[in-house]
Amino acid sequence: MRVAKITIQFLAILLVTLLPLSAFAGGSHSEDKEFNATDLINSHIGDSHEFHIADWNGHPISFYLPVILYTDNGLTVFSSSKFHHDNEGKEIVEVNGERFVRYKEVIYYADKFAAITDEADKSGLNFDARPLNFSITKLVFSMLMSAIVLLLLFTAVARSYNKNKMAPKGLAGFLEPLVLFVRDDIAIPNIGQKNYAKYMPYLLTIFFFIWINNLIGLIPFFPFSANLTGNIYFTFVLAFITFLITTFSANKYYWGHIFAPPVPKALYPIMWPVEIIGMFTKPFALMIRLFANITAGHIIILSLISLIYIFKTAWISPVSGAFVLFMSVLEMLVAALQAYVFTLLSALFIGQAVEEHDHH
Amino acid sequence: MVLAGIGAGLAVIGAGIGIGKIGGSAMDAMARQPEAAGKIQTAMIIAAALIEGVALFAVVVALIAQ
Repeated sequence: MRVAKITIQFLAILLVTLLPLSAFAGGSHSEDKEFNATDLINSHIGDSHEFHIADWNGHPISFYLPVILYTDNGLTVFSSSKFHHDNEGKEIVEVNGERFVRYKEVIYYADKFAAITDEADKSGLNFDARPLNFSITKLVFSMLMSAIVLLLLFTAVARSYNKNKMAPKGLAGFLEPLVLFVRDDIAIPNIGQKNYAKYMPYLLTIFFFIWINNLIGLIPFFPFSANLTGNIYFTFVLAFITFLITTFSANKYYWGHIFAPPVPKALYPIMWPVEIIGMFTKPFALMIRLFANITAGHIIILSLISLIYIFKTAWISPVSGAFVLFMSVLEMLVAALQAYVFTLLSALFIGQAVEEHDHH
Repeated sequence: MVLAGIGAGLAVIGAGIGIGKIGGSAMDAMARQPEAAGKIQTAMIIAAALIEGVALFAVVVALIAQ
């Protein structure tokens, strides 16, 4: 028992002293370039076609992900190493009869890009100048990895229930209270005893998926450091699925509340826009809440680490390390909390859609 | 740029006051009835997360506006 305690204390101290190593997650910059905190933070929070692991002697070490494009010539696949770390639209890659450039992590057709004169048109939304991009980027890679982890985890747990008829031990013993928590404290109080079972798979999926992705974003080294839940497109899809489930499982009481609320009929022209906008703002709030919480946490941690580079001295690193430790622990709480709040509010909206009234 | 920062700061004032009030009343309630502390804590965390969501709306708008 004493050996275990000493081991745990040693590991804890070792991990705490290694925490400032997450500063290397920033990738170093060569000495002649001015340190730009904004670029560092944006490159961490945003998506990218390669995993930038570290810099060695000025050479960046990256894990190159495949670029999958659908062009007029069909499906084109190549490694992102062909761009040679160019992000300014200068390196032209010629594959499969088409030529591409990459500008600020967006891939364009080379000739159409060269024809763009207006700087504002060089954004990701310029769909004429871009091929259809199905690449496995950093965030897609992280999402697939967390999906596979979840699959393996839960199928293993499910199979162990067949073999072990008594109280669950091990991994099943760890996950069962969480699953029961989602059922007893999130699903049943909000959706009701009658129809909660249909929605349990969805609620369990988003709870664990969001939680695991939040935690993966907090681990600073390869292959974990992708900030998936801090990407607004990802949270948009999750909120959209909640919206679809609420709309398609809504019964006539729900639509009755929206189109015939219990107010004098003269107020209906005011109530209809309000209620319909209300139908959309609830998933919109879900999307923004998760995105902003996770992104804000990452920005704070990265800024505190950048303090070391801004002050240009190693003496600030214990202070910075202590702040980063505090913020990281807080972010772990936020990771679980945001998963819980997203699931709770989804259950609440589904419950509002399926609830039965007797008193109307 | 500066105005975006001021906007974000104002939003944080609102969030701080709101969550402070929630925490305060939660503490009062827990002191009055210690058996209900678990439920009060859960409700407090949910309310705090919702208020923080609103404050982060404002931060996102400030980020977009600058």
